[in-house]
Parts: sequence; C-alpha cells; structure tokens
Amino acid sequence: MLVQQLINGLTLGSVYALIALGYTMVYGIIELINFAHGEIYMLGAYIGMITFGFLTAFYLTSPSPAAALLLMMVAAMLYCGACGVTMERVAYRPLRSAPRLSPLISALGVSIFLQNFVMLAQGPRDKGFPHLLAGWGIDLFGGRISAIQIFILAGTVVMMVALELLVHRTKIGKAMRATAQDREMAALVGVDVNSVISVTFLIGSALAAVAGVMVGMYYGLINFFIGYMAGIKAFTAAVLGGIGSMPGAMLGGLLLGLIESFGAGYISSEYKDVFAFAILVLVLIFRPTGLLGEDTSKRA
Amino acid sequence: MRRHPLLRIILVGLWFGLLSLPLMMDQQAPFLGLRGPLLVAALVVLVGLLRWSASTWGSPASRRVSQLIGVGSQVARDTVERVDRRLLYALAIVAASLIPLGLNRYVIDVLTQVGIYVTLALGLNIVVGLAGLLDLGYVAFYAVGAYTYGLLSTRVGLSFWEVLPLGALFAALFGVLLGIPVLRLKGDYLAIVTLGFGEMIRITLNNWDSLTRGPNGIIGIARPRILGFVFSSPIHYYYLILVIVIVTIFIVERLNRSRIGRAWTAMRDDELAAEVMGVNLMHAKLLAFALGATWAGVAGVFFAAKMTFISPESFTFFESVIILCMVVLGGMGSVPGVILGASLLVILPEFMRQFALYRMLIFGGAMVVMMVLRPQGILGSAGPVIASRVQDPHRRPMAASAPETR
Repeated sequence: MLVQQLINGLTLGSVYALIALGYTMVYGIIELINFAHGEIYMLGAYIGMITFGFLTAFYLTSPSPAAALLLMMVAAMLYCGACGVTMERVAYRPLRSAPRLSPLISALGVSIFLQNFVMLAQGPRDKGFPHLLAGWGIDLFGGRISAIQIFILAGTVVMMVALELLVHRTKIGKAMRATAQDREMAALVGVDVNSVISVTFLIGSALAAVAGVMVGMYYGLINFFIGYMAGIKAFTAAVLGGIGSMPGAMLGGLLLGLIESFGAGYISSEYKDVFAFAILVLVLIFRPTGLLGEDTSKRA
Repeated sequence: MRRHPLLRIILVGLWFGLLSLPLMMDQQAPFLGLRGPLLVAALVVLVGLLRWSASTWGSPASRRVSQLIGVGSQVARDTVERVDRRLLYALAIVAASLIPLGLNRYVIDVLTQVGIYVTLALGLNIVVGLAGLLDLGYVAFYAVGAYTYGLLSTRVGLSFWEVLPLGALFAALFGVLLGIPVLRLKGDYLAIVTLGFGEMIRITLNNWDSLTRGPNGIIGIARPRILGFVFSSPIHYYYLILVIVIVTIFIVERLNRSRIGRAWTAMRDDELAAEVMGVNLMHAKLLAFALGATWAGVAGVFFAAKMTFISPESFTFFESVIILCMVVLGGMGSVPGVILGASLLVILPEFMRQFALYRMLIFGGAMVVMMVLRPQGILGSAGPVIASRVQDPHRRPMAASAPETR
C-alpha cells in the first residue's frame, strides 16, 4: 500500500512537474500566469491520439509501439510548441506593457477559446487513448509499477535533464536566465528579448505536450476539459515550489503528486483536491514565496 | 525580416489553417477534412485584410474611429463624474423600474440575471478594483450565500428576509477567514490561494452529502414572501434585485469615497507608501475581503431564492472568471464601468444564442481581442499606476498591429 501510493504519487507528480515547468518559466520571464497552459497540455494529449490514429491508418504501428510512442510525443511537442508561440504572439505580446490584469484576462480568453475549439472540432465526449505499453509491469516491494509508470518517470527525468542542460549550458539558456533576471538589462546587452520569450513558450509548451501524451496513456481517456484541473494543479505546484524557480516547479510537482496520492489513499479520495490546496495555503502562510522561491515582490 | 503586408496576411492565415488542421480533419475523409482548416485560414485572412485595409487606405477613418472611442469614453467618464450623480442615478432608477413593463418573461429573466451579476461584480470590484487584491475564488462567497439560504430555508425554515443579512454576514465571515491567512501574500500568490479556496468550497459542497446533498443539490427552497405576498413571477424578482442593486450601488459609492475607500486605493497603488502614510494594511485588506464577500453573499441568497434549487455546479471557477472579466472589461475601480461590464457580459451571450455552439468560442476570442485593443477596459481611465507603464494609451492598438522591427 505504502509503496504503491509512493509510486502512484511520483507518477502523478512527474506529470504535474512537467506542466508546472511551463508555468514557472513563463512566469519567470514575463510575470504572467499563463492560464491557457493547461489547454496546451490538453492539446498535447489530443495530438498524441490523432497521430496514433494516423499511424494505424497507414499500418505503421504494428512493428514497434515504442517508435509510435516516440512519434506521438514528437508530433505533440512540435504542435504544442507552435501553438504556444502563436498564443504568445497573438494574445500576450501586444499586452506586454498593459495593466497587470489585462494579460491575465487575455490568457483566460485563450483558455476558453481553445477548450471550445477542441470541443467543437473533436466532440464533447471522452475519447479513448491508444493502449500502448499496457499490461505488463514489475512487482516492487509489495507494490506494482506498470510499464506506463516507468515510462512516465523515465521520460520526466530525461526531459528535466535536457531542460537543465539547455538552461545552464547553452547560449539561449543563458539568454533566458538573463531575461528572467532583468528584461531591460538583458535587452541592453544585446539579448533579443522577443525571441527569448518565444523560445520560453516553445519549451514550456513542448513539456506540457509530453505530459499530455503521458497522462493520456496513463488514464486511457481524454476530453476537452482535462486541461482545466491539470492546469490549476500544476500552477499550484509551481507556486508551492516558488514560482519562477525551475527546481521549485519540479519539487512542487512531485510533492503535490505525493500529497494527493497519500491523501487519496489514506484519508479520503473525494477530498484529494482539497488536500492539495490546503497544503498550498499552509506552505504559503509560513513561506509566502513558496519552498524554493525568492522574494519577487520587492523586485521593482 | 519585412515581407509585403499582403503576403504576411496570407502566411498568417495559412499558419492558423495549419494549426487547426490536425484537430479538424476527419480521418475517414482526408480530403473533405480540409474544409475546416481552409475555413479557418480564410477567416484569419479576412480579418487580417480588414485590419490592413483599415490601416492603409482608411487610415484617417480608422484613426478617427479609435479616437472617437477614446473621446466617447472620456465624455462618458466626464459626464458621470461632473453631472450630479444623484440626478444620474435617479434617472437610471426610474428607467430601470419602467423598462420591464411590457417585456416578456425571458427578457425580464435576463435583466434579473444582469442584476445578480452587477451585485457580484460590484462586490468583487471592492476587492480587485479598489484594494488591488486579485481574487480568483470570489464565487465561493456567492456559494456561501446561496447555501446559507438553501440550508436554513429547507432545514430550519427561516425566511428569506431573516437569511438575507445572515447570508451576507456568513459570506463576510468567510471573507475574513480567507483574508487572515493570505494577509502576507501578494499578487499572484494571492491569486492562486483564492483560486484554491474557491475550489475547496466547491469540492466540499460537492462531497458533503449529509449536509448539502452533494451534486444533487438542494431543492424546494422557499420563495420570499412579504405579508402574505409571495414572490413568484420573474417581474417580482426583477424588482427585488433592482432594490438590492440600488442599495449595493449606494453603499459601494459611499465606500468608494470614504476613508477606507481612499485607504484601499492608496494600498492598491503602493502598499509601502500607504503603510507609511498610516494605512493599517491588515485592517484595510480584511475589510476589503469582508465587504467584497458581503455582496456575493447577498447575491447568493437572492440566487437561491429565485432558482429555488442550487447545486455546486453553479459555483465553478468559470463563474469567478466571468465576474472578474466584468470588472476588468468595464474598467476596474469605476462603478459605472463595472455595471456596464456586467450588463454586456450577461446580455451579449444572450444575443449570441443563435450561434449556440460557437458562443463560448466567440466569447473567449472576444476576451482576447478586447484586451488587446483596450487593456484598461471600456470606461477605464489610465490611472496613476497604469500611466507610468503605458506611455500613450491611444497608440497602443496601432503599435500592436505594426510589424515588429527588430
């Protein structure tokens, strides 16, 4: 039971962490709660499903489900990356110097738009996600870790390592960090702030897309509304860890997943969402900037 | 990288067509499936062409239109500010009491709905517009009001008039309950905690079966009655909410210009400066939460009485978003602006009923367009905080549409 909850919690937490990274990166750079980020995750799940449909239509999946899975993820990442960049150009860039609440409302608008677009284009009902890797698993200390869970955990680790390298070892990563620290100063020393912001949206959205495909596989069902709760949870995770901090988002995501999993397992599954928020409130009371966050409120 | 504007418009159109392609195509009919994306592309190109032609040939005309909007809202603001408000409000009250005569039940129902949302939006305006505290869980207080009446009416048998102040009081208590832990939080941390609070209330209502009957909701809530007269037809409710709205506007206007109102505005513009000038931040914040929540409680009690049925479904995050949009759309902090925003957001979707399915799609798109074109809201003025961030508000839409020069 304990081990099982731990495994489930880590799996769920990995997904939250992947989505939370997108929130935290965008927030770190333009201080915007991108409420449409959950929708990007939802789009990722849909594109994964649609790609699989195409592959089966052309009899390409039977030789190797692993290759199909990879293709699904790449397609979802590309598509969602494109959507994220487009979204920023259309809905956020014109509002960069507007009052603080305006981009937030704009983001909520994008979120409503995307939800309804997918509902109209793909129908309001649950869609079955292809069962890849289903069936087998490994028994571990009295718990069972399924292949999908292994895939989610491994995939998350790979993504995070890649992201860490990108942010700390490449030129664009350096530009991103500089922009997050001080946008105007970065622009003065020659960083192309606009393209850095675009790249941030691209990366954040691609991570959310991966999360979307993973969750689609994990639960087996997707609908146009899944982005809402996942988005809120991931944002909670980002704030829990300290918004703007990337290690914070990872830690926050994992913690939130564990809290939910243990709360649901040991106390009550109906109230698992309440625990998540209650923990968040508690953490923020004692550490108003989140676990690993710096105090951004005094930064002018 | 500068391309010819026409080419750019076509490319943008194709890009959106491409983005919609995977979601819209029908795998059974790959070629027929292209209709949707082509339609999307055509729509985007059309919008682009309209904007482009307006900015090249119709340049003076379009500038005049945007100037006209600016001047119009300026005049509206000035009128509202200069003309004796009492006269203005007296006229509005007379108009509002005469309007429903001769209208059918549906229209009156919509107008009643407007009244509920005006009350809610004015309450939220205290928290967000005046005190500058971003509250994304405002609907929780609405739910508290509604469930207070729902439960006290069905279980204890209290009447509407007894519960109305009780509901307001309960909501205010919840406001303080939320306010205390979040006193230290700022900006977006506050936003997420209020959002979480709203969700917690809704989830609790949904799961506490023994008290709230969970997702089934509470049925058979008593209608209000006065000396044997029972409120039963839409028009009775219309006049009831009209009275509530008038009282709300009256009190909110007074609050606006009271000592605490000025303290809120000072706090919103610069917390540190306000504190230095002697504003007790803790009091000011708690009062903002409590007084904001009060109106949600009142609106909730009315809502429960009007519907005679309530369930957690009516109190989702989306509801909070809509109310926030009303506040921002009309122009934050301005009472006439908030009333306008609430009216627009209730009435416009009703006009779009014929598009039924596309309603929310258009709504979401409109929110974005509205913000891009007029970020300060319809009647909003560039206040002190905003002024320092936006150099010239009238140039913004143009600057946004111009191809970026790198």
